[in-house]
Amino acid sequence: MARSRLVKVATAGALVALLATACGTSSSGGSAQPGSTKAQPPKLDALKTLGAGEGAINILAWAGYAENGSTDKTVDWVTPFEKATGCTTKVQVANTSDEMFEKMGTGNFDVVSASGDSSLRLIYAGKVAPVNTDLLTNYADVPSFQKMQQWNSVNSVAYGMPHGWGAQLMAYRTDKVVPAPDSWAPVWDPNSAYKSKITMYDSSVDGIGAAAVYLMATRPDLGIKNAYALDQKQFDAAIALLQAQKPAVGSYWSAYADAQKALESGTTVIGSTWQIIVNLAKGDKAPVASVLPKEGATGWADTWMVDAKTPHPNCSYLWMNWVTTPAVQAQIAEWFGEAPANVKACALTVDKGHCDTFHANDEAYFKKIAFWSTPQSDCLDGRTDVKCLPYSEWSKAWSSLRS
Amino acid sequence: MSGSASAGRRLSAALFRRPRLRLGGLLVLPMGWLVFVYLAALFALLATSFFLVDEFTNAVQAGFTLANFHDVLTNSAYYGLTLRTVGIAFTVTVLCTVIGLPMAFFMAKVVPARWRNLLVALVVTPLWASYLVKVYAWQAMVQPESGVLDWLLKPFGLNGPGYGIVAVILTLTYLWLPYMILPIYAGLQRLPDSLVEASGDLGARPSRTIRSIVLPLIYPSVIAGSVFTFSLSLGDYITVQIVGGKTQMLGNVVYQNYTANLPFAAAIAVIPVVIMVVYLMLVRRTGALENL
Amino acid sequence: MMLSRKARWLFGVAMAFGLTFIYVPLAVVVINSFNASKVFAWPPKEFTTHWWTEVFGNDGVREAVLTSIEVGVIATTFALVLGTLLAFALSRYSFFGRQSLSLLVVLPIALPGIVTALAFRTAFRTILGVELSIWTVAISHGTFCMVVVYNNVIARLRRMGSTPEEASMDLGADTFTTFRLITFPLLRGALLAGALLAFGLSFDEIVVTLFTAPPGVTTLPIWIFQNLSRPNQAPVVNVVAAILVVASIIPIYLSQRLAGDSPGGGRL
Repeated sequence: MARSRLVKVATAGALVALLATACGTSSSGGSAQPGSTKAQPPKLDALKTLGAGEGAINILAWAGYAENGSTDKTVDWVTPFEKATGCTTKVQVANTSDEMFEKMGTGNFDVVSASGDSSLRLIYAGKVAPVNTDLLTNYADVPSFQKMQQWNSVNSVAYGMPHGWGAQLMAYRTDKVVPAPDSWAPVWDPNSAYKSKITMYDSSVDGIGAAAVYLMATRPDLGIKNAYALDQKQFDAAIALLQAQKPAVGSYWSAYADAQKALESGTTVIGSTWQIIVNLAKGDKAPVASVLPKEGATGWADTWMVDAKTPHPNCSYLWMNWVTTPAVQAQIAEWFGEAPANVKACALTVDKGHCDTFHANDEAYFKKIAFWSTPQSDCLDGRTDVKCLPYSEWSKAWSSLRS
Repeated sequence: MSGSASAGRRLSAALFRRPRLRLGGLLVLPMGWLVFVYLAALFALLATSFFLVDEFTNAVQAGFTLANFHDVLTNSAYYGLTLRTVGIAFTVTVLCTVIGLPMAFFMAKVVPARWRNLLVALVVTPLWASYLVKVYAWQAMVQPESGVLDWLLKPFGLNGPGYGIVAVILTLTYLWLPYMILPIYAGLQRLPDSLVEASGDLGARPSRTIRSIVLPLIYPSVIAGSVFTFSLSLGDYITVQIVGGKTQMLGNVVYQNYTANLPFAAAIAVIPVVIMVVYLMLVRRTGALENL
Repeated sequence: MMLSRKARWLFGVAMAFGLTFIYVPLAVVVINSFNASKVFAWPPKEFTTHWWTEVFGNDGVREAVLTSIEVGVIATTFALVLGTLLAFALSRYSFFGRQSLSLLVVLPIALPGIVTALAFRTAFRTILGVELSIWTVAISHGTFCMVVVYNNVIARLRRMGSTPEEASMDLGADTFTTFRLITFPLLRGALLAGALLAFGLSFDEIVVTLFTAPPGVTTLPIWIFQNLSRPNQAPVVNVVAAILVVASIIPIYLSQRLAGDSPGGGRL
């Protein structure tokens, strides 16, 4: 008796739910028919004129991009912004691109510092609006090799203000890894001398991309031209490399503070990192250094993007203009450890050699880094004879690898 | 009484004559919420596992595909993942029982009554010390080389467990221990001393009494505690990120994929849901659900 | 019960071991709250009371605690109302689906947190079409706290039976007066015990909160989550945890005394 009632309730619930889901979760904005090739982002307008600030702004950023003194009292470029524009600023740190993608599009945040593995998804999902480059006061000072790129523009429409870029470096303990390494080999070698003390960034795009970058150097026979345009054979090779590496990996980090803690305590001694992690560890007197290995690296070129539903468009542009002024760019570049987008900052850095170390003006170097992109089935390197694996497959493969 | 009975009395009388109306009035809110919102949402989430995802926007598209289940069922990594997660949950439950049962017994039957409230308070207090803080405290305990356990064990030439499955099991056992102790304690309190004394009068030694009288009667309480230790461990993904090193449990995979590929995450989520529903239905017979 | 001295001693040892197991990590938390070094290493080399003084000036913590209390109160109210209604329905009436409903009320708390969290998120944003707000958090909490109240109240109702109510109605009181003067006072203990437990559950909840809270709503667990991993802020979190533990001893002791008069002395 009770069982048949349960069945009835279950069926009713299921019908209600299916109905609700069918009506509720239809994709919004420009999505492609499954299987078709070219999709269009939804038509959204950029801000026409810049007015007075609305008094508030919510920023979603990578750690170290919008410091307000809470990490280090002397490191603060948000408070001066608040004073100059009256836009009271709330900063939330996102640890992964997936987090950024998830949180944007509702108006809860106004601007996001998106990397290439979330920026295209944000654009196509209609979560960010195009930018009016006339309103961006520092846009002209950004070298052209960072503008209107694959990850921050679609159909010649610009979707954001470049912030800065850098490579995913290799960090190592100077007391445990001797002599100083110059290659990724110890990180990928299953029999590495640093077995179980290797760390990798926990991201499907970066992880598989890094494997592809290493394969580009060590297995040219695979013919990988773009680390994010992998057909099935190349993808399988990258996954195999990662599988072989897995027993030697000690941890996959996603929060920068965890990576820092691990390096400082010696739980990990070598692995993938951001310069800011190394800087912070050095600040705590830990013997840590970083290097860009000779095989090349994955990297990120970050763009400030404006939420499609932002309630504070003026403050958003004011922030984008503020954070790309030479003085602030110099601060960020040195604090985080990256190349500033606005090359005028190079004259203002405390370390006069900063921009040279980070190759801020070096277009050839820039082109060698495999910046995070969103893998798609239409191969990013232009091949039409094969299908590449899209991001959802990368994500699934990474989960499977990690399980 | 004249016809000026108050509205309250009239309503009350009307309700008295119509039990179904009373029942409906009582049930409309809770059942409406539980069935039409929570259960519907749960079904909607699980139904998503049959849907497709747009590769550009990561939005869910209505459609029908078994590809997600196919991916889950044909991938041996996920069998390992499920076994590992269930194994951890089971071990945690066993450990909680082994540690918690003697403690509950001590609190309920061995100490004089005036100490009981104090002991219960001592056991329950850690529940207020924030889940996250306790997990990070265990991170401090198991941290390789600079952790508390390593410091304690070094004089004996031993190493602590470091990050990994052992650390996860220890931490989860620690977190859920009060949830096992309390139902058992309540069950033992309800156990009449007269039964135990009668058993002694009939000639049974204490160990026999415990085995034949006490344990069968508190069995539902143990099962009730196990519902929590098992389900809380089955779905946990935060503890394993903090003390588990590179270990993953079912919850982690759901968490990693729900943004980019919700249908796939939902397909994975079906696994622990099915396990728990089956567990609950089996457990219902023992009457444990009333002892929660 | 007649237990040999040896048996009593053994149980005592088990209890002592258990209590040590429970309190050593908490002691580590308290000691760490005095740790001067931001880099964690055991044993701590320097001590400072700096973090303790800093916590009182910290606006983030204060706001988080207030938000958590607000959410807890709303959630507890929701759980009290719906849980009690359900307890009355299931104890006084028999109808088809009674068994299923008693199983259903356990589901929100028994299913893995992330599944419940995603389900609520879908429910609010997609099915009901509402924005996330402090209310979505509180109502989600209330849903899985319902079972706590339900179990306490139904146990009390079963022990109470319907005799007092029937007697009251025989003497001429209507349903509402009976509830006010007879039923409610008898239920008070169970309701209070259930409310305290529900509030405790809501106060410490992290997973469902993460998924149902908009960025502006920061409960204490979310604040802890955001700050524990940051080396500069982590010690302050340790202080907050230490304060929470100490501050909670009194309400816990009280709730034990109250729960003493209803058999639901367990977690639920």
